[in-house]
Amino acid sequence: MTNNIYQFFFIYLYSIITLFLLAVIGDFVSISIFLSKNIFIYKNIFLYSFLYAICFFAIRIIITNRVSNIFIFVISLALSYFFLINKEINAYQLLIIISVFIAFNLMLQKYFTAKNFSNFLFEVSFLKFLKTNSLIFFSFIIIFPFYLMFISSLKSQMVLLQNPTDLSIPFFYSISDFFSSYIAVITQYNFLNFAINSTIVSFVTVFVSLFFSIPGAYAVARLRFAGRSKISSSILVIYMVPAIVLVIPLYVIFSQLGFRNSLFSLMIVYPATTIPVALYMLQGYFKGIPYELEESALIDGCSRIGVILRITLPLSVPAILSVSLYVFMIAWNEFLFAFMFLDNQEYFTIPRGLYTQLDDQEVPRQYLMAGSVMITVPVLLLFFIFERYLVGGLTAGSVKG
Amino acid sequence: MLNLNKEAKLAYTMLIPTISIVFLIILFPIFGNFWLSFKEVKLGDLRAPQPIIKEKLKTKDIKAGDDVLIEYRFKNSSQKKSIFNIEITDKISEFISPVEIAEGCSVNNNLLSCYFEEWKPKYNEKIIFKFKANDNFEIDNFNPKESKPRGVADADNILTNLKFSLKNFQKILQKNETIENIKVTFLYSFFATIGALLLGISAALLLEKNFLGKGFFRGLFLFPFVSPVIAVAFTWVYILDPFKGFLNNYLLNNEFISEPIFFLGLKKVNFLGFDFPFTLFIVILFESWRYFPLAFLFILARLQAIPKDLYEASDIDGATRIQQFFYITLPQLLGVISLLFILRFIWNFNKFEDIFLLTGGNAGTRTLTVQVYDEAFALSNMGTASSVAVLIFILLAIFVFIHQKIAPKDIEE
Repeated sequence: MTNNIYQFFFIYLYSIITLFLLAVIGDFVSISIFLSKNIFIYKNIFLYSFLYAICFFAIRIIITNRVSNIFIFVISLALSYFFLINKEINAYQLLIIISVFIAFNLMLQKYFTAKNFSNFLFEVSFLKFLKTNSLIFFSFIIIFPFYLMFISSLKSQMVLLQNPTDLSIPFFYSISDFFSSYIAVITQYNFLNFAINSTIVSFVTVFVSLFFSIPGAYAVARLRFAGRSKISSSILVIYMVPAIVLVIPLYVIFSQLGFRNSLFSLMIVYPATTIPVALYMLQGYFKGIPYELEESALIDGCSRIGVILRITLPLSVPAILSVSLYVFMIAWNEFLFAFMFLDNQEYFTIPRGLYTQLDDQEVPRQYLMAGSVMITVPVLLLFFIFERYLVGGLTAGSVKG
Repeated sequence: MLNLNKEAKLAYTMLIPTISIVFLIILFPIFGNFWLSFKEVKLGDLRAPQPIIKEKLKTKDIKAGDDVLIEYRFKNSSQKKSIFNIEITDKISEFISPVEIAEGCSVNNNLLSCYFEEWKPKYNEKIIFKFKANDNFEIDNFNPKESKPRGVADADNILTNLKFSLKNFQKILQKNETIENIKVTFLYSFFATIGALLLGISAALLLEKNFLGKGFFRGLFLFPFVSPVIAVAFTWVYILDPFKGFLNNYLLNNEFISEPIFFLGLKKVNFLGFDFPFTLFIVILFESWRYFPLAFLFILARLQAIPKDLYEASDIDGATRIQQFFYITLPQLLGVISLLFILRFIWNFNKFEDIFLLTGGNAGTRTLTVQVYDEAFALSNMGTASSVAVLIFILLAIFVFIHQKIAPKDIEE
């Protein structure tokens, strides 16, 4: 029996944490976003749920298992609310708490009514709570920064300064107000130009690095030659070379040759840093294509190049797609080389432009956030459309980050 | 049947472009970095000293038979170094012929060529060349500036000469900062790796079983990793801003704190009697947040490859879920976790952008990579910057060596 009490208590502890998290999220979603109200006093909600849990727990021990859970639930709710009668919890917020409680009691019922509350059941319930909490936790920590980035970019300077904790989407704005930061960023800060530069550099990088890595990958995957194992093992080592070790000498060399401050310099450096990754990912895929297909074509008199063009490449379209997406993302997101090499505004890529033009205390924050949204959205869109390929590519190629 | 020799030839032709670009842009710069680290190169030395020549017509209203004076200005572009074997060529108009020109110069077929042995640093001299206008002189077609004088000279280029010194290493090792930075780099790499791995393992365990919306969560969990570092770093900086930021205002409004916390500007916080590196901790949190998706993906893939009968057998033996985790799941994951640990550790060790964008290396977060940047562009010293990079490279080579020893089999998976 004592063992059971501890176990119940643990479950309750977890339910409180879940509740708390749910209340926070529920509040963000409902109150802040739709009612545009200011923050909510979480200390009270936490206190409230804790009191509730203790009441429930005490009644449970006193009354034993036979009484209906709904009854216990109602009593404990009433009791705990009684303690908090003058506290700042309004009816709306109480509604959230109650609905969360009901959901949780339904979940809990299963375990409390089980005849033998064994270790196994305890663990199952324990893990279930842990899981729910963690899913909420993870989703929250991931979504929140992106959400804040997005809504800040839509607000006006005044709203941002007056109430930085306001999480609502300003629906009451007119369309032009809604996107005013974006318009300002494009017209005043030359962002369109940066975007064009970024796009050019990224596409050239994808093209060049595929052009170089497809034959290389095929050779490593299929052909027999002396030094093959050395090459395939050194790919990964090359891929560990830190960019900061390359950037100083490349800066010096490019300055001497006179093409440092140009998009061309990025178009050389980006493919060179992505080729090893692309090669590694592609050769893994090429190895997986049944060799019999190629062999039969070879016997029929097709040349190697013909085999690559007619058999290997058509079969590895998904791999090539995932490699190109991955390379595109690296080039699109790259900051260090662009930061070191580019001086003239006309050559800036988006990350470089964002850093110099918008990361300034005098530039309103909503512009910075609008710029951040504009650089993030294409990547996330691509990612969502091609997620299946990308995830495959990411796991296949042990990604550089 | 297949001609092996031919096959090897084909393989080399296919690999040559890749190998050459990797050699040019990766291996050669590494060598260049070592080279630079033994030279005292300043940012200003990147432009080699060269002769500057300008010409100017001194006489006006020239008629046939008149003297024509042209002033040449010779200058050494460098303030510190001499240049040698200066050769100057300039095309002169066909309407004039030389009368009196400087020593070392001669005119041949309307081509003025001069040779000087050495110009000292700051050398700057005006020499007047005297010409005579020929009989066929036409004022309208006479333009001495038509062709620009050209000069070539040998200069002692610090980048390519063979003088080496150990002064850069001496300099950086004498700085107390360097030792501190190495410590910070290790702390940062180690704890950011651990953080990313812990988050990654938990996330992977969450999504192990199939349930409705699993695909959505898997996509969502990869967000921090695929988004551009500059966007997420700026968003974090904005959230953590002491005055305008969300977090501080939120905590203040809720009366959890009474005055704003400088999340990205607090070097040390006294915590239970010892100095806790607070900002470094925040940066580590950011790093764990940003890179856990990678660990998550790998571990998820590995988790789903664990044979299910292992769990069934242990169920029959009466093992609990927690026992199953510690005795089946964890040992199965150990390989991929150790591989990820080394990879992540190395990549965190190399990271520059994240810290640079979050704190700029202030408040006790200056890692070696940020030091490279500061040496090169804040202190304008390419030499010491590359010697710090060499330090990074050597430390890394050790890790890669360990990595190669420990986990060659796991890579093949």
